[in-house]
Amino acid sequence: MKEIPLSHIIFVSTALFFIGMYGLFTRRNLIAMLMAIELILNSVNINFVAFNKYLYPDRLDGVFFTIFIITIAAAEAAVAIAIIINLYRSHQSIDVEDTTQMKY
Amino acid sequence: MNYSNLISLILLLPLAGFICLGLGGKNTFRSSAGVIGCTLSLITALLALYVAGQYFFVEGAVHGVYRSVVAFRYTWLPFAPGLSIDMGALLDPISVMMLVVVTFISLMVQVFSLGYMKGEQRLTTYYAFLSLFTFSMLGLVISSNIFQIYIFWELVGVSSYLLIGFYFDKPAAVAASKKAFVVTRFADLGFLVGILILSFQAGTLDFRLLLERLSNPGSPQFLSITASSFWGVSLLTWALVLVFVGGAGKSAMFPLHIWLPDAMEGPTPVSALIHAATMVVAGVYLVARLFPLFSLDAAVLSIVTWVGALSAILAAVIACTQTDIKRVLAYSTMSQIGYMMLALGVARYGGEAGAGYTASLFHLFTHAFFKSLLFLCAGTIIHFVHSNELRDMGGLRKMLPVTHISFLIACLAIAGIPPFSGFFSKEAILSAAWKSDKLVYGVGLVTAAITAFYMFRLYFSIFWNKDQNLHPGSAASHGSPEGPASMRIPLIILSIGALLAGFIPFSHYVTSDGKPLEETLSVSFSIVPVVLAAAGIWLAYGLYRRDSDRPGKITVSLGVLYQTAYKKFYIDELYLFITKKIIFNGIGRPAAWIDKHIVDGTMNAVATLVGKIAVFIKGIQSGKVQNYALYFFGGIIGLAILFIYLWNS
Amino acid sequence: MSATAIIFYGLSAFILGTGILAVTSVKIFRAAIWLLFSLMGIAGLYFWLDANFIAAVQIAVYVGGIVVLIIFSIFLTQQSGSGMPRPPWIRKAASLLAVLLGFALTYLLIDQYGFKAGNGKIDMNVARIGTLMLGIDKKGYALPFEVVSILLLSAMIGCIVIAMKAKPDEV
Repeated sequence: MKEIPLSHIIFVSTALFFIGMYGLFTRRNLIAMLMAIELILNSVNINFVAFNKYLYPDRLDGVFFTIFIITIAAAEAAVAIAIIINLYRSHQSIDVEDTTQMKY
Repeated sequence: MNYSNLISLILLLPLAGFICLGLGGKNTFRSSAGVIGCTLSLITALLALYVAGQYFFVEGAVHGVYRSVVAFRYTWLPFAPGLSIDMGALLDPISVMMLVVVTFISLMVQVFSLGYMKGEQRLTTYYAFLSLFTFSMLGLVISSNIFQIYIFWELVGVSSYLLIGFYFDKPAAVAASKKAFVVTRFADLGFLVGILILSFQAGTLDFRLLLERLSNPGSPQFLSITASSFWGVSLLTWALVLVFVGGAGKSAMFPLHIWLPDAMEGPTPVSALIHAATMVVAGVYLVARLFPLFSLDAAVLSIVTWVGALSAILAAVIACTQTDIKRVLAYSTMSQIGYMMLALGVARYGGEAGAGYTASLFHLFTHAFFKSLLFLCAGTIIHFVHSNELRDMGGLRKMLPVTHISFLIACLAIAGIPPFSGFFSKEAILSAAWKSDKLVYGVGLVTAAITAFYMFRLYFSIFWNKDQNLHPGSAASHGSPEGPASMRIPLIILSIGALLAGFIPFSHYVTSDGKPLEETLSVSFSIVPVVLAAAGIWLAYGLYRRDSDRPGKITVSLGVLYQTAYKKFYIDELYLFITKKIIFNGIGRPAAWIDKHIVDGTMNAVATLVGKIAVFIKGIQSGKVQNYALYFFGGIIGLAILFIYLWNS
Repeated sequence: MSATAIIFYGLSAFILGTGILAVTSVKIFRAAIWLLFSLMGIAGLYFWLDANFIAAVQIAVYVGGIVVLIIFSIFLTQQSGSGMPRPPWIRKAASLLAVLLGFALTYLLIDQYGFKAGNGKIDMNVARIGTLMLGIDKKGYALPFEVVSILLLSAMIGCIVIAMKAKPDEV
């Protein structure tokens, strides 16, 4: 493990984070945006585990963070899907460009 | 003798009348408004007579000079030590005389109005305005401070505006009141500049101090005011000319006279009070008050003289052609005030040379009586005939006996026939003019002849001319055709005044320097004017006693001259031309264009710009989530860069 | 190049590659599958990091739960067949620029920070995780555990309420 410096793992997680951001800005379908958010959450998880392994091997705080994040991500994905379904019922579309009622 | 309480009462009673009647509204007093007004007026008149008695007879001349007394003074607005606007009362011969004149004529007019304005809906308002006017005029005559006189000057103008426009549903009345106010206000601009110059140079606003400092040729203020000059004319001349402009506007001197004939739209008692006896002489009073200064500058005095003379003869000529009884009387007023100004102009300060000053104020005194009498008679006639035009009148002498005799007395007085009062005052003016400038005397003489002519034209046209039974039943059913007693009593009292006022030895009391003079009356000198006046009367008798077409033929033969005089020498048209074509088009229109397009345009452009920016900013809130996310992210990155790399704290 | 390095770099390339495909693919069903592969790759990364339990949780919850949920919702909203509408190219360019700049900044910051490596090898066996999770001493995670359970309950109720069809009136 000492052969791969921490910064390489951080590189991977940062790149994944920004890939998720790109997807968030670019995608028009709400479900696709949700998928990009999942990528972001996963990148954070990688970060936590890597830091825990490399910097504080005697404790398990990063692992617990990761467990809780996964739990909450699952709950959040479920709620998001419920909202999307509700939106689909009222707008007959899940294109984010069609949901601009909050404009000026 | 402590005058301060008396003077305060004299001022405050009419003011109280105004406040009570004005605040009470239309319905609180209604019919008793007239009685309240007259009672207050009566008390004020009695107090004024008492003050006059005390001042002239009980105290009399101290060391041969009538003192000027300051009854009270309150410092109101102090600007600098020594320079403050005070409210005070100054009593000297002319102000005491004016107190008597104003209160007495006001009383007569208010009593007359009880009968004349009976049945008027807004009687309370009318009496409130009359009381306001009385208060303002009294304040004007006893002012001890030049700014105080300006304040009351404007108040008098306001009262005049309110009273001329009393019948506010008549457009002609509204236009006339506006014209009066605007013309006098315009003239008051000159007055204000004159006040500023005088008070700046003298370092004070108080009359006594100002006159003391500026009329003493040795004082530093006098030297400074005569040394500085503007466009080649000394400051003293400028200041006095400007003050005279203000006085000329209020006294309807040429060319600021255009408002006076139109002011006849107001009720006739108002014309009697304001535009005959009291307000229009305010200009004469102002020149008389500042006479020690005026007498130092010969140029200004000659301006005063010639303006007066020109107004006198111009007005007399126009009056010969007018057919509205009140217009004739208005022009006659202008002519007589011209005489007063003329007399002031030929006078100098001190002793015998001040004869013109005495003559002018004597004529003011007698003129108040016979002119207000003429207007009140005109009121009775108009009340009876229900029209102002001469052609609707004629043969009224059996119908209106009291009015007839009073009108005759007043006409004889104004024509200058002895022993009526006008004879004495006019002789005094003419003899002062003869001693100073023969040309002015000539103008005065000719004007006297024309005055006699047009006044008796009026008299014969009203009371003789036609057959007597032309107005069989007009107003004969209820009481006397002349109206109730309240309309006849003032006529009688004023006729007595017009008869006897001439016998008062005025020069004992009112002179330019306060020292009494002896009366001089030369019979041989007086023959010429009296003969000319009689000739004028005989001419009018011949033309107007019987109804004939001789006046018509003369009118036609005079042709263009008659037309010009009838149209009042086209002065109104000239004014309209100057204001409409030159001022409105030349100055008003470009100014309006600049205001609308440049000033407003700038504001509108700023507003439009702000609006456009707002629309642009509004677009940021597009409702699109991803845009929001981008802005959010951009903000975070920006802040991160700022705080990590650029913030060096 | 040791075996761990090869495995690591291979896994990373797989994760990033499928991630990019997941966010740029035109057909939504394909994007969901690419996401699935990416999450599997991350599970593999956890295995390589000796976090066996986390890897198992990742596969069970994320891949087996969330991605399946996403696929269900795709079917429910009838989006599976046709391609998705594309965003305007300005949006793509701007986002790309923003993302690249953000990535550069973040990685620069991190790279310049000297992380002090700790000693020892981590021991993430399940017994230890379980003991700590339910421990009530100072290092125990019992409270967050209970709180998360409440959160899950509220999320469940919330989903049901939000996605519920409005009840038709009793006739």
